[in-house]
Amino acid sequence: MNLENITLISFGYFEKGLLEIICDDVEREFSVPVKIREGYMALSVYYDASRKQYNGNGLLQEIESRFATETTKTLGLFNVDLFIPILTYIFGQAFLNGNSGIASIYRLSNERYGLKKDQTVFIDRIRKEVIHELGHTFGLIHCTNPTCVMRSSTYVEDIDQKEHMLCTKCKGMLATKPQNEGLN
Amino acid sequence: MAKKISILIVDDEESVRDSLYNWFIEDGYRVECSENATKALSMLESDSFDIVLADIKMPGMDGLEMLKRIKSLRKDSIVIIMTAFATVDTAVQALKDGAFDYVTKPFDPDDLSHLIRNASKQISLLEENEILKEKMVSLENVEDLIGTSEAMQQVLREIESVAQSNASVIITGESGTGKELVARAIHANSPRKFFPLVSVHCGALSESLLESELFGHEKGAFTGAVYNRKGRFEMADSGTIFLDEIATISAKMQVELLRVLESKSFVRVGGNKEITSDFRVICATNRDLKTMVEKGLFREDLFYRLNVVNINVPPLRERIEDIPQLVEYFIKKYCISMNKPAMTIETAALKRLEEFPFPGNIRELENMIERAIVVGNGKKISLKDLPLGKTVVNTTVESLDDLEKNHIFQILAKYNWNISVSAKALKVDRVTLYNKIKKYDLKPAK
Repeated sequence: MNLENITLISFGYFEKGLLEIICDDVEREFSVPVKIREGYMALSVYYDASRKQYNGNGLLQEIESRFATETTKTLGLFNVDLFIPILTYIFGQAFLNGNSGIASIYRLSNERYGLKKDQTVFIDRIRKEVIHELGHTFGLIHCTNPTCVMRSSTYVEDIDQKEHMLCTKCKGMLATKPQNEGLN
Repeated sequence: MAKKISILIVDDEESVRDSLYNWFIEDGYRVECSENATKALSMLESDSFDIVLADIKMPGMDGLEMLKRIKSLRKDSIVIIMTAFATVDTAVQALKDGAFDYVTKPFDPDDLSHLIRNASKQISLLEENEILKEKMVSLENVEDLIGTSEAMQQVLREIESVAQSNASVIITGESGTGKELVARAIHANSPRKFFPLVSVHCGALSESLLESELFGHEKGAFTGAVYNRKGRFEMADSGTIFLDEIATISAKMQVELLRVLESKSFVRVGGNKEITSDFRVICATNRDLKTMVEKGLFREDLFYRLNVVNINVPPLRERIEDIPQLVEYFIKKYCISMNKPAMTIETAALKRLEEFPFPGNIRELENMIERAIVVGNGKKISLKDLPLGKTVVNTTVESLDDLEKNHIFQILAKYNWNISVSAKALKVDRVTLYNKIKKYDLKPAK
């Protein structure tokens, strides 16, 4: 498979230039060109009124069926609160070794937790989440290295603890995955 | 590398199965799913899973029923019960039935991670425990049984093969060969190792004392019985009882012992309550029990009851190649216990030890080395430190017969089994010496 690019598609309102800032870092981690575009989707279909959240499984399926291709890794970015039936919330999810993933910026801002706005921290969290979910599409599982971007994060504080880069071990695994031949 | 933990998700809702599947796959676990309990149980029969995550409400068999069935298949399996409608009753019931934990859907991502991490820790601990147990089985208490000779290796093989069973064992061998060490090794490598090994020296107790010692007694059973006292059979419950010098017990005690071995129950002296105890019997003797049976001195039925397995511990003269290793072991042992710097032994002294017949076997060698360390120069054990020409005090010899036998053997060995010279040294005539040799079944060392 010849991977042409990574496509980041934003759904809903995103601050201008927000995704452009993280492009270079994503491109550097995976050595694949990154494209950014806006997308449209009827999000209300996935809204669960009882939970006041959006079903992440449905959104991921739609990204996979409507936007993903065999030659791209597609990540849908949302500004709504995501859940999956078994969990109270998720930051994002992706098909392991697949072509698509989703991430939400909803729970990544300081204001959500009653703290003072910090744009640098916010962008840093988005950068890490995007790279993390894309890592799964490249076949990487959660890493035990506390600073690796593939470390599992269940709270924003966990995201802040890690770097936005893959650790040496994950980089090695990325290079040895057959479908990733030619990367790095 | 750590083993990959496997998880089986059992839930009738596809979305729940998929969500959990994706979540755990990203965490690097091996994951499989089942939509109902029946299918899950058949999956568990053909494949092993470390953790089962099961919904409580499912059509057909519910999670609690499945939990019971899983526990009957594998007692140590880890089952986590999930439910959307938590009630205290169901939670308590699940935990009572052996669930590892109980969670309410939907759960916080962090709770899920914690839950699986804790379960994984439990699995690692159980596995570690198994590995340690196996290590203990193969190593424990065998370090005292020193020797690479074929004769000793045979003993070690026999210990290994008999240890795991419940069979009665008779350990035979001359005095001082290490019969009690063999008994300890059998116990330490048996499934009873975490329970007591109770030793009784039958030869050192009179009949009435032995009876009270073995069966215990009730307060007031006899003069001096001021308390209720547990007997050795009772103390050995779930463990092993080691009856040393079994050949010395009286005819009455032989009958009593046979009855206890057959019923595993007994009554304390002066009592009337039947007490049961689950013990394994290991006996030791330096006599030929079979000959005693033939002569009517030992009950045949008791002999066959005890002699399920016989381990014969060879005398030291039959494994002289083990002497250097034993000497080294005892030197090290006594230098440490006496707080002395490490010592060695002169080649000539070691050679003489290898030629010595050692009628008192390893115990005699041990005493000899201990003495040499006390009287020696603190650096090297030399010939002059070893009482090879003299009789070594053997604390295990208790009867005059044993003493006479050992002495005659040493004199015969000293004069290369020249009967005339030996008889002269012993100040007896040749016929008497021949009779003694026959009586004690003395033979020249190989």
